[in-house]
Amino acid sequence: MATHATHTLAGDRMSGADVPDFLDLEGEHHPEGSTMLGFWIYLMSDCLIFAVLFATYAVLGRSYAAGPSPNDLFDLPIVAVNTSMLLFSSITYGFAMLAMERDDLAKTQLWLAVTGLFGAAFVGLELYEFAHLIHEGATPQRSGFLSAFFTLVGTHGLHVTFGLIWLVTLMVQTRLRGLVPENKRRLMCLSMFWHFLDVIWIGVFTFVYLMGVLQ
Amino acid sequence: MSGAARADDHAHGHDHGGHGQDAHGHGSFKDYVTGFVLSVILTAIPFWLVMGNVIDDKLVTGVVILGLAVVQIVVHMIYFLHMNTKSEGGWTFLALIFTITLVLITLCGSIWVMHHLNTNMMPISAEEMRHAP
Repeated sequence: MATHATHTLAGDRMSGADVPDFLDLEGEHHPEGSTMLGFWIYLMSDCLIFAVLFATYAVLGRSYAAGPSPNDLFDLPIVAVNTSMLLFSSITYGFAMLAMERDDLAKTQLWLAVTGLFGAAFVGLELYEFAHLIHEGATPQRSGFLSAFFTLVGTHGLHVTFGLIWLVTLMVQTRLRGLVPENKRRLMCLSMFWHFLDVIWIGVFTFVYLMGVLQ
Repeated sequence: MSGAARADDHAHGHDHGGHGQDAHGHGSFKDYVTGFVLSVILTAIPFWLVMGNVIDDKLVTGVVILGLAVVQIVVHMIYFLHMNTKSEGGWTFLALIFTITLVLITLCGSIWVMHHLNTNMMPISAEEMRHAP
């Protein structure tokens, strides 16, 4: 059955030489420039998601419902360590990109691994913080402030988690295929994604943590 | 597709890839280190201001750390995301301007409208509060 299907498919392809082939399975006609622009536009739309979450936090951030306030909950030294983790991961990803430009596979993978470790440390610290808050009874259901806080910071953390999955995937890909143009393109997309998440985090630590404690 | 055509196609694809990279730019080691040092400084100052209670007026501190955050975002955009007005023929920059406009409308609009909603809200009594859903 399967053999028959394959045969029919091959026959179609041979007979339909003048029919335009839209399904580019080999990925040979992948225009690089448009990928970067398209990915940038994705990032901009992601930015709008975060803008909405920031707006929600700005509106609900003072609705404590007689519950805990940022001053009672936030531990700034942990946030500072977390911020530095993300900042370090940004520059190590930059070093990975520089190694990629020199076609140095070993160095690229080394810096990607270091980036992954910093990213994992960030997610780990954030999960520790969340667990601590929930243990103290500051759950998302407690107040409008906590709902908005967990949604905003959690969405960012989820992005970093998916970035980590993507990073590990690309480490496997580069190991299997080397630094072929396709993998370079993917690494460049992840680079933009990773640095973008760092930009969002600047907003989070300033607007949520520092300004929260300041009140 | 014949082997020769395939090879030719691949060469073309590769060439195009190289061109795309040039157009996009990666920044140099110096760029990354400059960006990193600047962002470490721009991160350390707001944490120091808040944790050390350096400025007595909280409003001033708030404005200063928000300003520093904006500067740090610009630093990240330039040194890490290699943003400039020319990449992709200016389209990335145009998309950025459009996004910033939407973000400002969303943020300012929400805060403004909801603030007025809050201040114009009828005061609620403790009795009503107890029976609130």
